[in-house]
Amino acid sequence: MLAIYQADLHIHTCLSPCAELEMGPRNIVREARRQGLDVIGICDHNTSENTPAVMHAARGTGVKVLPGMEVTSREEAHVLALFDGLEQAWALQRVVYRHLPARVHAGEDDLQPVVDEQHEVRRFNPHPLGSATDLSVDQVVGWILRFRGLAVASHVDRESFSIIGQLGFVPPELPLDALELSRNTSLDEARKMWVDCTRRPLIRNSDAHRVAEIGAAKTRFLISEPTVAELRAAMRGRRGRRMLEDREPERLERTVPER
Amino acid sequence: MTLREVVSNLGLEVLAPGAGLGTEIGGAYCSDLLSDVLAHARPGDLWITLQTHVNVIAVASMKELAAVVLVNGRKPEEDILFKAIEERVAVLLCSLPAFEIAGRLYAMGIRGKV
Repeated sequence: MLAIYQADLHIHTCLSPCAELEMGPRNIVREARRQGLDVIGICDHNTSENTPAVMHAARGTGVKVLPGMEVTSREEAHVLALFDGLEQAWALQRVVYRHLPARVHAGEDDLQPVVDEQHEVRRFNPHPLGSATDLSVDQVVGWILRFRGLAVASHVDRESFSIIGQLGFVPPELPLDALELSRNTSLDEARKMWVDCTRRPLIRNSDAHRVAEIGAAKTRFLISEPTVAELRAAMRGRRGRRMLEDREPERLERTVPER
Repeated sequence: MTLREVVSNLGLEVLAPGAGLGTEIGGAYCSDLLSDVLAHARPGDLWITLQTHVNVIAVASMKELAAVVLVNGRKPEEDILFKAIEERVAVLLCSLPAFEIAGRLYAMGIRGKV
C-alpha cells in the first residue's frame, strides 16, 4: 500500500555551529509531530553524531528519523547524505573526519555539543565542523552512494554554499539523486529560473537551524515505507512512487492501493 | 597584451594552451563563485580563481575567456586537463595567491571592468 509521507529531510541539531542550542532531540521531534511530519532527516554539518539521540527521542512517536549529514565539499558546495542506518552514517563520518582540517575546534563561540535523547550534553565535538573538507563534490557524492545513501545537492536556489552558486551549474555527469530547494523558492519558480531544475528531481526542505523553522518547507512522497530505496524510487518516479507537486491538495486520500 | 607576455613576465606554468599563447587579453576578472563569473566576466578576460572543479573549463568556454589562472599552487583535478584541451581553454598555474597575481597583472596594465 502506498501512502503519503510528509518529509523534511534537512534539519540541523545543536551540534551544527550555526544552529541554536534549543535544537535538541526532544524539541526537534515534538515540533516535527506538530508540523505533521512523518519523516525527518538529521543533517548536521560534516557530522552525524547527534543522530542517535534524535532517533531515540522519536521512538514510539510515529516520526521516522533518517540519519544524515550535510557534507561541505572543497568547492564549498553543500551535499546532503541520507541513510537507512547509523552504520552507513558512521562510515561516511569516518571519511569526512579524515578530510576535514586537522586543526582542533576551539569551541569558544560554538560549543558543538553532542547530546543524549534528554538533551544532556555528553561531550563537545572537537572537529572544525564549519570548515570545508578537501573532497571534491564528485568524491563526496561517490562516497555517499558507495555507502548506499541518497545524495542531494543542498539549497541550490541559494548563492552561498550551493552547487549552482559555487560551480555555476550542476555538473551533468554528477549522479545526484535530487536537488534541494530552500523554503524561499517554489518548485515552479525553480524550474523557470534554472535549467538544471527542469532536468533533475527537486525536493524542498526547511534546512532548519532553529526549532521554529522545522517543517517550514517539506516534500510529500507517495511511497510504501520511509526508506532510502523508496525515496529514491519516488524521486525517479518509478513503480508508482512519486513526489507530489506544490499545487496538489494538502492531503490526498491518505492511502493509495499499490499498482 | 597576449597570453605569452603574461606567462613569461609572471612565470606562470602552462597546463593547457587553449587556442594558443598568441591570444589577446581583454581584461581580467577575479572570483571563486562560478555563478558570479557566468554573470559578470567578459569575453577575452583572464579569470583568476582557486576553484579547480571541471566546471571551471565549461564556464571559461561558455564565456569565451582568454584563460583561467589557478592560484595558490592548486593542482587541478585531472579531468580538467582533458576538458581544457577538448574545449580549447587555456589554463595557467601559479603559486601566488589571488591578490598578488591580480596586483601584478594590474601593474602590467591589465584592467577589470569599472
